[in-house]
Parts: sequence; C-alpha cells; structure tokens
Amino acid sequence: MEKMHAHQNRVLRYLLQAINYTVFMALIWYFATSPSVRILADDEAVITMAFAHAGDLREPCRKLSYEELAKLPPNMRKPEECPRERSPVAIEMVLDGETIYSRSLNPPGLYQDGGVDVYYSKKIPAGKHYFEIKMNDSVRVDGFNHTHEQEINVEPAQILLVDFDSEKGFIIQ
Amino acid sequence: MLVNPVKRAYLALESWFNVSFGTEWNPLYHLGTLSFFLFWVILVSGIYLFIPFHGSLAGAYESVEYMTHEQWYMAGVMRSLHRYASDAVVITVLLHMFKELASGRYRGFRWFSWVTGVPSLWMIITLGITGYWLVWDELAQYVAVGSARLMDALPIFSGAMTRNFVAGEMTDRFFILIEFLHLLGQPLLLFFMLWIHVKRMSNVEINPPFGLAMGTFIALLGLSFVKPAVSHAPADLSVMPQVLNIDWFYLNVYPLLEIWPEKQVWILTTGVTFLLMILPWLPPKKDGLKAVVDLDHCNGCGLCFDDCPFDAISVQARTDGAKFDNEVVVHPSLCAACGICAGSCPSSNPFRSAREELKTGIDMPQLTANDMRTKTAEAVAAMDGEVNIVVFGCEHGLNVHRFDSDDTRGVRLICSGMMPPTLVEYALKQGADGVMVTGCRHNDCYYRFGNRWTRLRFEGSRKPILRGRADRRRIRVHGGAETDKKKIEKDLNAFRAQLAEIKQAETSVTEQRAE
Repeated sequence: MEKMHAHQNRVLRYLLQAINYTVFMALIWYFATSPSVRILADDEAVITMAFAHAGDLREPCRKLSYEELAKLPPNMRKPEECPRERSPVAIEMVLDGETIYSRSLNPPGLYQDGGVDVYYSKKIPAGKHYFEIKMNDSVRVDGFNHTHEQEINVEPAQILLVDFDSEKGFIIQ
Repeated sequence: MLVNPVKRAYLALESWFNVSFGTEWNPLYHLGTLSFFLFWVILVSGIYLFIPFHGSLAGAYESVEYMTHEQWYMAGVMRSLHRYASDAVVITVLLHMFKELASGRYRGFRWFSWVTGVPSLWMIITLGITGYWLVWDELAQYVAVGSARLMDALPIFSGAMTRNFVAGEMTDRFFILIEFLHLLGQPLLLFFMLWIHVKRMSNVEINPPFGLAMGTFIALLGLSFVKPAVSHAPADLSVMPQVLNIDWFYLNVYPLLEIWPEKQVWILTTGVTFLLMILPWLPPKKDGLKAVVDLDHCNGCGLCFDDCPFDAISVQARTDGAKFDNEVVVHPSLCAACGICAGSCPSSNPFRSAREELKTGIDMPQLTANDMRTKTAEAVAAMDGEVNIVVFGCEHGLNVHRFDSDDTRGVRLICSGMMPPTLVEYALKQGADGVMVTGCRHNDCYYRFGNRWTRLRFEGSRKPILRGRADRRRIRVHGGAETDKKKIEKDLNAFRAQLAEIKQAETSVTEQRAE
C-alpha cells in the first residue's frame, strides 16, 4: 500500500513538473517573438542622410617669407603654413517647404581639424515630395555653397539615401 | 512576524516548486547551476551551427536558411536550441537576481557577488544581441542600425558607426568583426566574469541535478520541434523593415529607440545598472563579528576550512610552536560571520570542560560555543511539560522562540550549521525528551551550506558526525522559512506524539523491571 502511494506521488510530481516546464517554455515561446513591433506604417518611407565630409580650412594657407623660413630649423622649412582648424558644416534639409533638419556640426578633434560624420534618419509619407538640401562648409563663404533640389518619389518602406561627394555634390538614391 | 511582500512572493513560488520538484530538484535552488547548464547547451549547439555557417554578408542568410529548412532535423533543431536556451538563461539569471534580492542575499559580505553579477547580465544580453546580427535578416538589420545609433550617441564614435549600415557601405570586414565578438571575445569575457562572480565562494557547483538538467533539456528540445526558430526576410539596407517579431529577452531596448532619443535610452540603461550596482549599500548592512581562532584549542585539523562556504579560512604551517603541523587563519574581509566553522570544530564539544567556560578552536564572539551550551542548558531547565523538546533554529529561518512554552523552548543560533552535533546529545543528556533542528528550508541555507552540513553530520557522512550512541528517534530535522510556522508546528506535534509513545514504552519497561 505504501509502495503504491509512493508511486502515485511520483507520478503526480512528474505531472506537476511537466506543467511547470510547459509554463516555462510557453513564456519563452511567447516572448521570443511576441508581441511584434511595428517599425514603419504601411504608407511610410524613410529618408536617411549619411556621409562624411571635412569642412574647408578656416583660414587659407600662407606663404612664409624668407625671414620667417630662416628662423626655422632647416628640417622644418616648409614654404607654406596651413592652419589646421576646419570650418563647421551647416546643413539644412527641406521637404515640401518644411525644414526637417537644420544643424551646424563642429569638426571633431583637439584642433577641430577632423571631418564630420553626418547621419540623420526620418520617417516620411511615401509618395511624391519636393526635396531640398543645402550645406555650408566654409566660414569664408556667406550662405550655402552646396545646394541641391529635386522632386522625389519614394516607395513605401524605401530608404531614400542622401549622400555627398566633394566632386559630384549631393547624390540622392 | 512581518515578512516583506517580495520575500513572501518568492517563498510562495519556492513552496510551489518544492511540491512539484522536491527540494533536491527545485530549480530555484539551482538557478546558478541551471544557467551554467544552459550555457553548455548554447555552447555545444553554437559549435555545431558554426560548421555550416557562412561567415559573410552574402552567404550568412542563405546558410542559416539551409540549416533551418533543408537540415531542419539537426541544424534546425540546434538553431532552435541555441536560441531558446539563450532565452531561458535570461529567465534563470533574472530569477537568480530576484531570489537574492527577495531573500536579502545581496548585501553585507555578499556585495562582491552582487556587484560582479550585474555586469554579467549585461554581457549575456550583448552576447545575445551580436548573435542576432549573424543571421543577417531584417531583424539583424534593425538590431545593427539600432546598436550603431546607440554607439554613435557616445562621444567616441560620433556618427561614424551608423554610416556602415546604409546601402552599399556595409562590408564583410565589419560583419566578421561581429562574428569574432560573438564566437570568441564575448563568451570568453563572460566566462571570465562568471569566474570572478563565484570567486568568494567555496565548493562552487556548476552542474544542476541530473533530473533537473534532463527535464530542462527535454522541454527545450520539445519547444525546438514544436516552434522552430526561423528568420525574417533577408536584410536589405535600402528598405526599412515594417513589422518585426523581436526577441524581448534580448532586444527590449530597441523599440525604445523609436520613441526616445539615443541619449535618453543610455541614461535609462546606465541609470538602472548603476542603481542595481549600489543596491547593496542602500542602506549599508553591517555583518556580525567575524570568527576568531584560538590556537590553544586548535589542532589544525582543517574541518572548518572544509566547511567554510565563503573561502574565508585557510590552513597554514603552525606558528605558535605547538606539536601540531598546521593552524587555521580567518580572513575577516571574506568572513560572513555565519559560525559554521564553530559547528565543525571538534573542540566545540559541550561535554568538554563541563565545570568551566567552554573554549573552542574557532568561535564567534557574538555567540560562543560556551553561550550555545549555556542557552541549551537554560532551555532544558525552563521546561516542565510531559514531553519536553528543545528546538534549535537560525536567524534567517523561522524564529524558534515563537514555539516557547512549558514543554518547548527555542535556542536561536546564527546558522543551524554552527551547532556542533554533540550539542544535540548534550540537550538530551540535560533532560530534554527530544531535539528538533530547523534552520532555513532544505537546500536553501542563507549561508549556503549550514543546513546541508548539519544533515550530513547527523547522517554520519560529514565530520564532525553525530555519534552512534545518540538516540536518533529523539532527533528531528525540519527546515523552514519564516512563513512555514504551521508546517513546522504540525511536524513538532507529530514528533511530540512519537516521543510520548517512546516515553510511555520506556516507562512500562522500567515498571516491569521494577516489578
């Protein structure tokens, strides 16, 4: 009788364990994939600006005079002296007449002589838009010295990339 | 007696698992070892997955798809095991933290384990995150961009990292770096951190009971067959994923990036981490007085060294010129002040120097071996019932003074493990009809091994043993938490009834002999 009771207890215990393991696995099952997250609405797209660009030197290079060169040690006599500091890069992005991004990025580094890394991403409604982008990368120039504008047509979920190349200017792809 | 609601909730869960699994297999008593077991499952399945995995941007997704669909019966199952065991680790580690928090085992001398445990959790999370990158599907793309945005918010990257994830910029070199981190760098760092985490403990166990390990493995295997892990659509950096089924165990921070700026997410995560790290000092807890060695009564046997749960005792060559080879030394900064060492010292025998103060080889200043003997004698003398029982308990289990009455007296120790087995004999010799030893719940000692060592000493399998001449019928062990008064009381009454029968039988024998 006692043996049977012990056997019943063991069966009951295994049954309870099975229930516990099922609850444990159900927790994993659910939270491993749920609830799902909506990142983008069906009729939305994304505009992403991403490029690296070094601003113009704050001051132009200057030719050294013979007197100045003579004062320098022979191994350091370079005909031109170039200041290291670069200009901040100011960018403005306009979509359908509304400014969606406007910032001035300071060059990184102890001497503010590095290039800036630009990254900005924004969700926009899919479809046709009028897009403008302007950039100033020199303190010696008033206003924007690089501009681009065009009509764009973005598909739902598309990431429209705004890139910049020093020679080609802004590239929208 | 007031028990805080968090602890009450934990104890209720523990009780339920004790009913289902028994005290030997209760997962709450093996959360650390269970986590280690899950790591082995992750490691073995990970090594298997590494063989067919193609470590390049172009080949990664296809190779994972091949494993999932073409070789579903082996590589597919391994992938699911890899993922679900990783998810299970987060649950076991969080439960481990909750348990330590609820039972107050994170303050005082335990600050080191707590403080080294918190970054280990973050390492596990980041290891899981890099794992999701390697599939290179839409979810990987989402995780990669989100991680890069978080990195770029720190002054060291300043925008350079996210640019890797625009169409045409992502390179194999970056992908291989993540692979290297996930396969080697992060696991090695995690194991190193876990080694530090358990550094202040002795007799560290890393394997759970076989039954618990098998049960967990079978459950994971079942889940892997019922709901195999699958990928999203392949990553495409020119298209933004619209809906993602994210793994909330690892990726719960990323949806926050949809509504908060990166810096705010950093403030939240670092703030929570910082708060967790300083928790042991909110407010600070003062440990009891540390164990003290008395070389005049220590023969350097090393039993206290074997029994110390926190590696606070070492054995060294004798320094006092006594005839013994060794002596023990207590390291106060590691000592938990549990007194288990006093219970293991053969010199703590209360029958020694009966007429003068009992001195032992290693003792607790706040409750000496002599104090234990005196309290026991006083407890026995204070009872005048039919069947008198002394109940020994500890500071972290049920307060045994709640049983104090004409026929029951409690003797509260720091830990049940500080009781030398001879103290039980002493109580019986003084006139008690029975001795009950409580302490924390079985397998869940506040000081790790107190009640386990006591049980083994009583069974005769760990020194110092309860001698053969001690009448086992008069001794009962029943561990219990603060909320277990009714259970222990029930067992105490059953024990009293049993003792009454013994007493009656002995009285009749004595009477028969007298006739």
